[in-house]
Amino acid sequence: MTEALGAPPPAAMRAPQEAASLAVVDVSVRYANGVAAVERASFTLDRPTICGLVGVNGSGKSSLFKALMGFVPTGGGTIRIAGLPVERALKRGLVAYVPQSEEVDWNFPVLVEDVVMMGRYGHMGLLRIPRAADRAAVDVALARVGMAELRHRQIGELSGGQKKRAFLARALAQGAWVILLDEPFTGIDLTTEQAIVELMREMRDEGRLMLVSTHNLGSVPEFCDQVVLFNRTVLAFGPTETTFTAENLARTFGAALRHVRLGGADLHDDADARHVTVLTDDERPLVLYGARGRQAVVPPGQEEAPK
Amino acid sequence: MGGEVLELLLEPFAYSYMARAIWVSALVGGVCAFLSCYLVLKGWSLMGDALSHAVVPGVAVAYLVKLPYAAGAFAAGLLAALAMAAVQRVTLLREDAAIGLVFTTMFAAGLLIVSVNPASVSVQTIIMGNVLAIADEDVVQVVGIAAVALAVLLLRWRDLMLAFFDASHAQAVGLSPWRLRVLFFVLLSACTVAALQTVGAIMVIAMVVTPGATAYLLTDRFGRMLVVAVLIGTGTAASGAYVSYFLDGATGGLIVVAQTLAFLAAFAFAPKHGRLAAWRRTRAASSGGADR
Amino acid sequence: MIEWLAAPLAHDFMVRGLIVAVLVGTGCAVLSCYLVLKGWSLMGDAISHAVLPGIVLAHVGGLPMKLGALVAGLGCALATGYIRRNSRVREDAVLAVVFAGMFAAGLVLFVKVDTDQHLNHVLFGNVLGVTWREVVETGLVVVPVVALALLRRRDLFLVCFDPGHARAIGLDAKRLEIALLVGLALVIVAALSAAGIVLVVAMLIAPGAIGFVATRRFDAMIAVAASVSIGASVLGVLASFHLDVATAPLIVVLQAACFLPALWIGRRAVR
Repeated sequence: MTEALGAPPPAAMRAPQEAASLAVVDVSVRYANGVAAVERASFTLDRPTICGLVGVNGSGKSSLFKALMGFVPTGGGTIRIAGLPVERALKRGLVAYVPQSEEVDWNFPVLVEDVVMMGRYGHMGLLRIPRAADRAAVDVALARVGMAELRHRQIGELSGGQKKRAFLARALAQGAWVILLDEPFTGIDLTTEQAIVELMREMRDEGRLMLVSTHNLGSVPEFCDQVVLFNRTVLAFGPTETTFTAENLARTFGAALRHVRLGGADLHDDADARHVTVLTDDERPLVLYGARGRQAVVPPGQEEAPK
Repeated sequence: MGGEVLELLLEPFAYSYMARAIWVSALVGGVCAFLSCYLVLKGWSLMGDALSHAVVPGVAVAYLVKLPYAAGAFAAGLLAALAMAAVQRVTLLREDAAIGLVFTTMFAAGLLIVSVNPASVSVQTIIMGNVLAIADEDVVQVVGIAAVALAVLLLRWRDLMLAFFDASHAQAVGLSPWRLRVLFFVLLSACTVAALQTVGAIMVIAMVVTPGATAYLLTDRFGRMLVVAVLIGTGTAASGAYVSYFLDGATGGLIVVAQTLAFLAAFAFAPKHGRLAAWRRTRAASSGGADR
Repeated sequence: MIEWLAAPLAHDFMVRGLIVAVLVGTGCAVLSCYLVLKGWSLMGDAISHAVLPGIVLAHVGGLPMKLGALVAGLGCALATGYIRRNSRVREDAVLAVVFAGMFAAGLVLFVKVDTDQHLNHVLFGNVLGVTWREVVETGLVVVPVVALALLRRRDLFLVCFDPGHARAIGLDAKRLEIALLVGLALVIVAALSAAGIVLVVAMLIAPGAIGFVATRRFDAMIAVAASVSIGASVLGVLASFHLDVATAPLIVVLQAACFLPALWIGRRAVR
């Protein structure tokens, strides 16, 4: 994957002004049976970033995503993607959606390169006949995610991580600047997760905005610049260091969270109380050091002395 | 004047063939309705359609070699179930495609056999049923099947429910979900064969789906759902057969029409899950929560 | 061998039968690819049965029967969608209730209203008895639908595979789905008078299933499905001339016989 870092993206691929922005203002989603899945949610992302959308299963994250894609009508509030209403943004191909593994039928008769080519449909005529520019975009996208050798595989033959990368390649080929990822880390191993995080960081540095829906708490501090804590509405929003705290998480997840605090002078022979807080909803746990449970786990390679 | 109308309404019962058609239909309708509760909740409606079509070659062959048609139908049902399982095991085809492939082929094969020897069995009977003219030995078969199936269901309905909706718990209490599933499909095949006589191959699916769907709109508890479904199934089947006296035919069609009307009534007017009730709820909600 | 082929073709009715069988076979085969991928196998079955009341009522009202069939078929799909959205009953059960109810109503009307359509024709069709006019009518419907289904196949496939992405690139997934449904209803109506319910329902499933197990890519899947369908139709029509058996069921059985060879061809994808 490191070969893919190579040269910076060509000028034509850099984000036009304001493309990487997502403004959600007072949005509600109410279903026909009266259930309010989302109630007056507001948050604004206005620059290239990786933002985590964190909440338990059933907190309405999927409904929010559906609203962002215009799949369900919003009962009040506005959504602006790249400054445009959702429909216009979609028509311009500015938004890409990377689905959950569970939503895809992996038995479909489609090869990796076919899936990536689907990203180009918005740029093609009605008959979807690929031209040289489309083929080139597919080649570049496949190379960036490191899947060039696997382009002729049927998608069901791929591993979990490869499947994710194929769909990311599709988003790249599409040239989307706002990318919605739905639970991208379920079912893949740590190494692949690191590789995908690396790819996402590159994409952010290129000027893209990623909103990642996840309930995998342990990984959030590693790759998210900002977080939105979500449970039917936005409970907290801001930079990860200040927003992704034990108290906020307890509020978001409520009883669904295992919250273990260890520490105290009586557990240790020396003066260092070594407080450790473990938060998990049975995915990768979030481990926080320090008496206030505030400092997040330190990513490898950046060790500092814990407070 | 009132007396004449009453006389007209009671006329069908004067004829033994009608009385028999009515109670045979009612019995079959009731047993199929019992099964329909499981089919509706488990999403097996296509299975009901498939079985009723797949047994046709068995029936055709049984007529040809003068065996009881129930035996032929059973064998065909078994073959169909095995074929469907095999296709799903070996290919990546989705369940509905696998089921559809097998049953349409078997149905066509059955009709092919019939077309080779048209005099031996009436296509009309297979497709539309013929309970008004049902022969005595067939009545014995139908009633026997229905009675046995009903007895088994009354004894084991709770175990079946457990096996289908909470298989791990079922195993924990010592049941075998797999065996219960086999039992269920054996019962379903048997009742399909019985229902063939009353409504014919194409409409068996209604008998094993519609009453359950109707009951599902009327209650939230499975035990009650079974009772409601059986009452509806029995009632609609009996009334359909009854009305067919006046129309001189189309018994199967009338039974299914009656069942569908019951469903539509429940869809519209069911106290909690009906359309009217939902509309009233949204009206109340929108007028109540007005600060936006 | 040549004699076996040439003898039937000397007869006008055989030529018409072959043309209509190929038209119907192609139309149903192409659509069956989408149905199999979408999980709509029951839908083809349902619409094929639901048209009956439409046919009978149209006959009574002096309207063209195909129009009545189309209205009934689309009505079935619409009613199913409406009931499913507004109740807690699952889609497969709702579809079963609606199409069986409609078919039953049609049957009651059929028995009471004397149409000159025999039940046999409804079931088996009348492949060897079509007129040139019927052949042309069938072609006028099937050819445009197949053309559209093929020209827009990339988008239609995308809608089946990933409606989320279809939305992301600005496609109206709902509209394409409805178009597919309407195309399905049209082909079913066009095919029914020639081919009958038994054949139409089978042809809306088997070719797609056979194409699916034999191939890894959608274009190949369509090609295999169409070839199997056309081949079985031609062979079935010719063979029924010599064997004196019902044409429609024979075609279905011949089609199904291609399943095992298809499995072998696509064996890399076998579990």
